[in-house]
Amino acid sequence: MSVRFQDLDDTKLPPPRVVGPLTRTDFVRYQGASGDMNPIHHDEEFAKKAGYPAPLAVGMFQAGVLNAWATDWLGPDNVRRTRMRWKEQVWPGDVLTFTGKIARKYEEDGVGKVDLELVCTRQTGGVAVQVWMTFVVPAR
Amino acid sequence: MADFSSMGAEGAEFDLFVEHGKVREFARATHASHPSHFRGDPQSPPATFLTTILFWQELTDGANPWSKVKLDPERGMHAEQEYVFYGPPPAAGARLRCRSRIESVYEKAGRRGGKLTFAVMVTEFRDADGKLVAEARLTGVETEKPPSES
Repeated sequence: MSVRFQDLDDTKLPPPRVVGPLTRTDFVRYQGASGDMNPIHHDEEFAKKAGYPAPLAVGMFQAGVLNAWATDWLGPDNVRRTRMRWKEQVWPGDVLTFTGKIARKYEEDGVGKVDLELVCTRQTGGVAVQVWMTFVVPAR
Repeated sequence: MADFSSMGAEGAEFDLFVEHGKVREFARATHASHPSHFRGDPQSPPATFLTTILFWQELTDGANPWSKVKLDPERGMHAEQEYVFYGPPPAAGARLRCRSRIESVYEKAGRRGGKLTFAVMVTEFRDADGKLVAEARLTGVETEKPPSES
């Protein structure tokens, strides 16, 4: 079942996704999947030597989960642009909330499109990552 | 200290095969649950899947021009990442020809004083016909102090 252009509005957003408390296993699973094996994300001693209290999450992990909130809703084949910017670091034990809203709904070259603004927040209320996405949305 | 002469440096072309198992593994690791990641024919990748070029770029000598920028790893961070798709993101089974180049290296004053150095690397992804199907834009930043002290 896919979302239709005429049905898109802010009252019909999917619920926020809550993930956590995060574990080192979450970080390692993402590292294996992505190929970023930087030890600062799983090696306790390495992270502490670099001045961090614990291994920190790979930024692309929380950005990837935030992207997935949107592609689960509007379909992974429909994404045409995604841009992500990191703000605060994410740590083991964090509980993250992933959500978003419609920034603009429009037609371009006869194709329905929607721009989304997404945000991942930590349990402290601090923003970990922001994402801006554009999807094509079929009218059928 | 960043090397500003790296601007314009271009890496060697390399292959990326979008693999079915890798698409499933990546979807699971990022909590992506759309059925097309798992049972699609062909399987659709998550929106950030092209970050897996990390596995492919290292297989080809000279494919990654990022090291030429020489950002200090102790003070360097991933600041922004962008993916643009000129159609549905390339699905499992696709063979992509990829090439990275350093688009820009520049300095900016930080909000709390101090200098920030930014570098941008663009990677183009082309299909078997040479058509541009996706672009990645990676922005790295180097702070004057270690990130943990900022």
